[in-house]
Formats: sequence, structure tokens, C-alpha cells
Amino acid sequence: MKAVILGGTSGMGRAIAQRLAERGDSVFLLGIGETDLTRSAADLTARHPTQASVGHAELDLEKPEGFSSALDAADSALGGFDTVVVTAALFASQDALEADIELTRRLVTVNYANTVVFCEHVRKRLLSRGGGRLTVFSSVAGDRGRKPVAIYGSAKAGLSCYLEAMDHKYNAAGLSVLCVKPGFVKTGMTAGLKPPPFAGEPVQVARDVVRAMDTRKPVLYTPGMWALVMLVIRWLPRFVMRKINF
Amino acid sequence: MQKLPPPESMLTGWGRLPMPGREILAENLESITRGAVLSRGLGRSYGDSSLPAQASDRVVATRLANRILAFDPKTGVIRVEAGIALAELNRLFMPQGFFSPVTPGTKFVTIGGMVACDVHGKNHHCEGTFGAHVRWLKMRLADDSLIECTPTEHGDLFYGTIGGMGLLGHILEVEFRLHTISSPWVYMESERVHNIDEFLAALGKAAPAWPMTMGWIDCLSRGSSMGRGILMAGRWAKPEEAKAEPPRPAIQKTLPFELPNWALNPLTAKIFNSLYYWQHVSLHAKAVVSPEPFFYPLDAILEWNRGYGSRGFTQYQCVLPRQAGPEAVRAFMKLLVQLGGASPLCVIKDCGPEGKGVLSFPLEGTSIAVDMAVSPEIQRIVDSLNEFVIAAGGRIYLTKDRFTRADHYRAMDPRVDSFLALRETWDPQRRLRSAQSVRLFGDKA
Repeated sequence: MKAVILGGTSGMGRAIAQRLAERGDSVFLLGIGETDLTRSAADLTARHPTQASVGHAELDLEKPEGFSSALDAADSALGGFDTVVVTAALFASQDALEADIELTRRLVTVNYANTVVFCEHVRKRLLSRGGGRLTVFSSVAGDRGRKPVAIYGSAKAGLSCYLEAMDHKYNAAGLSVLCVKPGFVKTGMTAGLKPPPFAGEPVQVARDVVRAMDTRKPVLYTPGMWALVMLVIRWLPRFVMRKINF
Repeated sequence: MQKLPPPESMLTGWGRLPMPGREILAENLESITRGAVLSRGLGRSYGDSSLPAQASDRVVATRLANRILAFDPKTGVIRVEAGIALAELNRLFMPQGFFSPVTPGTKFVTIGGMVACDVHGKNHHCEGTFGAHVRWLKMRLADDSLIECTPTEHGDLFYGTIGGMGLLGHILEVEFRLHTISSPWVYMESERVHNIDEFLAALGKAAPAWPMTMGWIDCLSRGSSMGRGILMAGRWAKPEEAKAEPPRPAIQKTLPFELPNWALNPLTAKIFNSLYYWQHVSLHAKAVVSPEPFFYPLDAILEWNRGYGSRGFTQYQCVLPRQAGPEAVRAFMKLLVQLGGASPLCVIKDCGPEGKGVLSFPLEGTSIAVDMAVSPEIQRIVDSLNEFVIAAGGRIYLTKDRFTRADHYRAMDPRVDSFLALRETWDPQRRLRSAQSVRLFGDKA
């Protein structure tokens, strides 16, 4: 695998990048923060004895004008990538978003519009070389409109819908699209929130995601228990959803 | 009055005695340690050394800071972020022929924690503590500045931090040297030993011949078989002795729930100990074994600490100096049996010379560690054992401790004054603190 990882410096993206690097896959990092990228690249390089020096380039999901050149850098470093993983996104609580309309604009732009734009760049490149894998982190928050993730979840719902359609349309052409829906995972992003039951660890998510990529699954709930939880939530009647705070 | 946080934000050490508090968890230690008063790794210290003095204290959990920053396969020198787990390094580097120069009895510890506790292992008589292999530290000090230190540059801070329980500064990055190993297998010989005198003699005999030794003691048996047990000695297997395939990763089970408090009682402990003693049927045994069961027998069952039930437990670990003689060890064992409260886990190890860490635990002599369920008697038991240790010129291990009184601690370790002087230099307001430093050094709660 020659994998480009957008968001591989922290959280679940870091765990996935580490897992891929440890088994000898070639990895290239995209993200923000030169120091952080350099440190993560060094980490990935050290994790496998034959890992070539891991490269990186700056890519800010808030700046779509830079997407193409960052992907060029990845392409030339890896000699043509065949896999792209997107874990980067913005996160904010519903309260914070309701209090700050500018933050809301940024979050829905990054998490939906710009992520789709980035995926479109990737899709074109992968299809031009006969296919590949596109793995994108959406969220269980996009499965149903819910009070605590109303705005964040709406952007993820749009993203999930886009990824599903990409799978329908291009699977036959060799593009394997994987929509990952993590439940609550104990990362820096969710630090300070109270972990619900079935909260996962980044390492566990990474193991599930890499396995799903290898077997070319289209949708993954992780930890697996969330598939069941969301099945129930999707079927709850409106009067219940109006009452509960989940 | 300060409002206590809800019960879900309790922190515990490995002994599972909870204290209100909350962890701040993120990858970037440099940013989250700003303004923090304590860092904790995987929470494997038994007592209160990784617990906050106050529920509102800013406590950093380092475990997401898990990157390797540099590794040189020619020299084995490695630089890591402090939150990386030893288990992770073992998994990555053992197949490449490298291993930590020192490992404690669990791999679920962070490298930062190994520095702060200056951990020791089965090879202490040869390699000393982990701190002896540390070359460089990056830290955040109490005044929020960043600093790098080595044995020669800010050497006082460096050696104060080794074994300093995180009280001089937050450990952000660590550089040390991994040792090369001749194979990923361990050649082990074990021996059933009939009593404590035989044990001390056997440990003494094994020390020059073996780089790694330790013993399990049945600390419930009395009379002529007091201190009987099993002595284990090992070294890395030579390539020709090693099995062809690499050791398989250990199968890990989890103790799925807390056992009731009565599950571990004197009778079940006695039964367990007898079975464990007699499963070593032959007097001597030799085997090539995987490093996992050799170094980390208890790691096979995740969350085994639930076995003690809701009452929680502690470990009493002390070292008795060589000059106190074998009679001191014998008398200590006798006192331990007399006081009761001991559990199946009791290990003995002969330590080599004292390290350079200002509060580093081991000194040349015999170390004994024993788990004990918490009971109304626990304070009295710990006090009695401490009085014995003071008289014998020994000391206790802060990493395990939860019940030692401040006056006892000062009486057993004259180095406390030098450590407090270091805190005066690097943290005069004593901003960095833990529940343990409140208890033992009188920091304000």
C-alpha cells in the first residue's frame, strides 16, 4: 500500500499511520503544523526497519487552493499513491457552535464542502490510474439528527451521503470507498467529554479501519458495538428524539 | 466549599483506591503541561504518586504522546515522547534485536513513568535502574519554562528527576539507549527453594552467574518452610538455543469484573501458594521461554487488580541493606507472616549498588515486595513494617506506597533533604505536587 494520510499526526489518524508504517506500507503525511508533521514522520520512519524516510507536506482543509500541489508532493514522494485516508476535521460542541456563527461556518465548510473537494481531487487521480482506496472518517453523528451533535452531525451526514454515492458509482471502476463511522473514541478531540459506554481507543479503531481497508468494506462502525447503537437510534420515533438528550 | 466533581471523574492508581480528579488528555505535551501540576502515565504506580492533591488540580495524562522521535539502529539510542508505553517499544524493537536496558514487572508503563519512578528489574544487580541508562531529558518546569538536561547539563535537575516522582518538572521527552539482545527468547533456569535462608544463599550464588534473577516467595508459610518459593534466573537465549520462530504475542485475557472482597482470603491465598509452589515439581528446571511470561507474568491478565475487590490493595516494597545481614531478611519475613494481610504476590530480589537518582529506591541489599488487600488493619501493618525497615537501615519504594507516614519516610531516607533543596531551586512555590507529596513532604493540599 502507498498511503497518503490527511490528519495522520494525531488521534485516530496517527494510530492508522502507525499501524500502516509498522507493517511496512509506504506512508506520506498531509496536515498542518510543520513541527508536528516532522515529528510524526520521524516516528513512522522509526517504526519499521525497512521504512523509507516518511515524507510530509502541509495541507490545510481550510485552504482548498493548496490541495492539488500537496497531492502532487505526495504523488512524487510515493511514486503514485494508491490509498488516501482522511481523518482530519474540525470538532466543536453544539453549545460552542450555537454561540459562534463564524465557527459554525468554518466547521461545516471544512467538514463537508472542503472535504468533498479534497476527495474529488483524490478520486480523479485514483481513477486515472485504475482505482485505489479512499478511506474517509465520517461519524455516527451523521446517522441521525441529534441534539448534542446537531451541526457537526449535519456536515457528517452530508459527507456520509457523498461517500456512499461514490461507492455506488465507482466501485466497479476499482475505487474502494470506505466510510468510517467512529463512535466515541478517547482522543484529544473528545478529551473533557464524559466517555459513554463502549468508548473506544485509537489503537482499536486503527486495527478495525486497516482491516476494513484490506477487505475493501464500504462502511465501518468502530467500535463495532456502535452499529447496533445507531441502528436503535435511527429507528427511535421523533417524540422520543425530542425528549432524550443523546 | 469546593464542589466535588461527579463520581465518574475519579482517578486511581493500580491499587484502585480512588481520588477525585480529572485527566487532561492530548497528544501535545508541550501545550497541555502548561500550568499543570502533575503528569501521569498509565496509572500503574500502586499508591497515590500519580493522583492529584486536589480534585481541581490540572493533571496531564501523557499516554497519547507516543511518538518515537529518533532511533539509531547502529547505537540503539532512541528518543521518545514521554507517553509511549514500554509495551509499544518491546513490540516494535524486540523483533529487530533491541530491548529496554531495564524493564519493571509490567510492560504497561510509560517511559516518562519509568524515569519518574526510576524503575528497576530482574537485572538490577548488573544494570542498575532505568535512570542509569537515560542520556537526556526535556522537561517543563514549574515556572512553565522548557529545559533540556543531561547528566552534565543541569545535572542536579537531571538526577533529581530520576526517581523524583515527577515533582521537579513534567517529563516531555526522554533519550536512552536500547540494548541489543542475542535472540528474542529467554533461557531460564528455575529452582524450588525450601526456606528464606536457602533463598538468600541461592540469590547470592545466582547473581554473578546470571544477568537476571528474582524469586517468588510463599509468604504465608511458617516455621521451617518460612520463605519457601521459586527462584528464577535467566539470560537472553543464544541464537543457537533460541527457537526458530519469533515468540508469539501473548494472549491477553481481561478480568471482566471486580471480584468480591472475600474471594481473596487467607484460605484461598494459601491454596494458591501451595499450588504455585508445588507446580514446580522438580527441584531444578531449564527452559527457553518467551520474554512475556518471564518479565511480565501478571500482564497476561489485564486489569488483574480487580481481583482484590472493591476494597482495593497496596503493595509494600522495601529494600533491606546488605550489611543488615540475612538475619534482617529472616526477621522481616517473620514479622510479615505474623502481621498477616499478605497475599499470593510476594517477590524477592537482590539489588545492586544504589543509583544516582536523588530519591532512587534500590540500594545494595534485598528487596521484598508484597501485595496486601486494604483492610482496617493496613495502616498498622505498614507502620510496623516501616518501623522494622527504619531500624534495619532500609527504605520503601514510593511507586508502591500509599500508607507510609511522613515521619517514617524522613527517618528512612536521609536524602529527602537534598531532594527538598532541589525543589527549593526548581520549584520554590512547590507548585508541582501529588497526593503523595502532600502526604510525605507536607505540600499544601
